Amino acid sequence: MKVVLENLTKKFPGRGKTSPGVTAVDNVSFEIPDGKLVGLLGPSGCGKSTTLNMICGLEAPTDGKIFFGEDEVTKLSPELRGVGMVFQNYALYPHLTVEENIRFPLENLKKEKKLSKAQMKEKVLEVARLVQTEELLDRKPAELSGGQQQRVAIARALVKMPKVLLLDEPLSNLDARLRIQTREEIRRIQRETGITTVFVTHDQEEALSISDMIVVLNNGAVQQMAEPQMVYDAPANLFVAKFLGTPQINMFEGRVAEGKLYIGDEAVMAADGAKDGDVLVGVRPEGFVLDENGGLAVELNSVEVLGRDISIVAKHKAFVGSSLRVIVDSENLSMIGNGQVRFRLKPAKVYLFDKTTEERIRL
Amino acid sequence: MKKNNWKGWLYLLPAILFLGVFMVYPLVDVFIYSFEEGYNSSSQTFWGTGWYNYLYVLHDPYFIQALKNTFILVLITVPLSTLLALLISLGLSSIKKLRNMFQTIYFLPYVTNTLAVGLVFMILFQTTEYTDGMFNFVLSLFGIAPIDFIEGPYWAKMFVLCFYTVWVVLPFKILILTSALASVNKNYYNAALVDGTRPFRVFRKITLPMISPTVFYLIITGFIGAFKAYSDAVALFGTNLNVAEMNTIVGYIYDMLYGDGGGYPSYASAAAIILFVIVLTITCINLLISKKHVHY
Ligand SMILES: Nc1ncnc2c1ncn2[C@@H]1O[C@H](COP(=O)(O)OP(=O)(O)OP(=O)(O)O)[C@@H](O)[C@H]1O
Ligand SMILES: [Mg+2]
Repeated sequence: MKVVLENLTKKFPGRGKTSPGVTAVDNVSFEIPDGKLVGLLGPSGCGKSTTLNMICGLEAPTDGKIFFGEDEVTKLSPELRGVGMVFQNYALYPHLTVEENIRFPLENLKKEKKLSKAQMKEKVLEVARLVQTEELLDRKPAELSGGQQQRVAIARALVKMPKVLLLDEPLSNLDARLRIQTREEIRRIQRETGITTVFVTHDQEEALSISDMIVVLNNGAVQQMAEPQMVYDAPANLFVAKFLGTPQINMFEGRVAEGKLYIGDEAVMAADGAKDGDVLVGVRPEGFVLDENGGLAVELNSVEVLGRDISIVAKHKAFVGSSLRVIVDSENLSMIGNGQVRFRLKPAKVYLFDKTTEERIRL
Repeated sequence: MKKNNWKGWLYLLPAILFLGVFMVYPLVDVFIYSFEEGYNSSSQTFWGTGWYNYLYVLHDPYFIQALKNTFILVLITVPLSTLLALLISLGLSSIKKLRNMFQTIYFLPYVTNTLAVGLVFMILFQTTEYTDGMFNFVLSLFGIAPIDFIEGPYWAKMFVLCFYTVWVVLPFKILILTSALASVNKNYYNAALVDGTRPFRVFRKITLPMISPTVFYLIITGFIGAFKAYSDAVALFGTNLNVAEMNTIVGYIYDMLYGDGGGYPSYASAAAIILFVIVLTITCINLLISKKHVHY
């Protein structure tokens, strides 16, 4: 089932007369294709949870519409929407066993949907097998590891076979290894069930690795929606370029004149199609190539050899930010002397941004 | 760990000494008194030892009356006050507006002086030359003849006593329960909402289990408190409780020690031990039940 958000807005009233209130979600529109996993990515407080809660029905939008398939669900209460939700801290009922937890949603079914005990048991077993927790059914949540609790929470959300599965930072309580393992698990479960899924995270790596599509949010507004690689390779604006990628993208003050891009006083590459004037230039750390005749000269600060790569920390007078970081192949170690190094730039890794709107200038 | 054991005991010493002197010693003493027959407090002598004191107390109609009163009081007020407190706290936590105001109002009796409370009850129930009391006034609106709640029939007096007791213990229970309700993580309710759980099922399957430790705490302390009731009865019916048929076990013990017919520490001790056994039994039963039903 595809999910469509149309001009969704959520304003929270401020406390008291003087405080203005917050616009947590600001005119958000996007469409989640049927059966896809979409990652909602953004910094803390950008409105991810609020968006998810509105899709789920826990939070009523101030404005805008939500569609599941062709049906508008904006005013529908959560239980009528057929969604499954996994909460950030799982919210497993501590006094119930794993089995009772997973069965809980089934016991709420009324009238013609009502299941017999045996049917419930069968469904619980089926979904427990899917998330590989059959052997844990008799335990209480407190007796489970973080990853196991997480899987039980997913099982509980899945047991009614929801049309849409919503996950709010489901991995944030797990350690690094378990995170990777569990996110692959989530990916597998999503593929097997084919349920349209929205996955909220503030971790770019997480979003990039498991999503079919990524929606980048900032200050409640959509910055870009694209496939994971596209968000990285073709950021729509300065925020997206800065938010994705570690180490962070390097920003320079630049200038376009007569079809050439200048950083400092030197022309570094062609910039056909851009208007003359000042711009912001973003260069990914891997966008530099050592070249004696390259246009960009930097002062070396330090060189770290990291096995496969070399990480160079350098200085440039047009650089904006704290440290200019370049990553090159370690084969090039011999070419790096002391003092000054010259680089050529890979055009695909260089992005120009308008100084005032911070929108990307397409070349 | 083992090596430092004596240190642990050292830290506990003040508490152990204190409890020993002021709790264990008197308890043992009372236990011994209760078996000393014909104890004379001025000469500190007695004839012999045995069960006579217990037999006397158990055959004393005043004690039987006190026992009956206490049990009625306990069985009515503990469940009633806990249930009422639960309902009121649920109501309080489901409203947003004026919540603090209501909370304060419900808490007022707790910080109000006993004498003031007594005065309120006088106004409510006392029959004087000028008025039959507020309660009778309300009853008269329904065409019911005035009842003397303070010196009238037994059931009317018992009603007032129970009413008073519930009213006095309610604020504390409401306070404890509202904070217990507030501490239940909101995510559980959200999860239940998404799953389409009906409100009553949410209450029975989520809220109640989550606050069950608090509820059982209130029930157990409520039982113990109600078994020890005395001052409430005095506040309402004066010190001559035996005549008013409103005595409680603790009242009986007090009367045996200091009352008009006082000066019988052996009988008082026997009654005290009987009360102790009753409270102990009930508390054990409570704890056993709570093991089964309380989720931590
Ligand atoms: N109930 C509320 N009342 C008022 N403001 C709220 C409320 N809930 C959220 N907000 C505000 O709305 C904004 C978005 O919050 P939201 O919880 O959606 O952020 P988030 O992207 O999920 O962040 P995080 O990654 O930290 O969970 C924040 O500025 C937050 O302070
Ligand atoms: Mg959040």
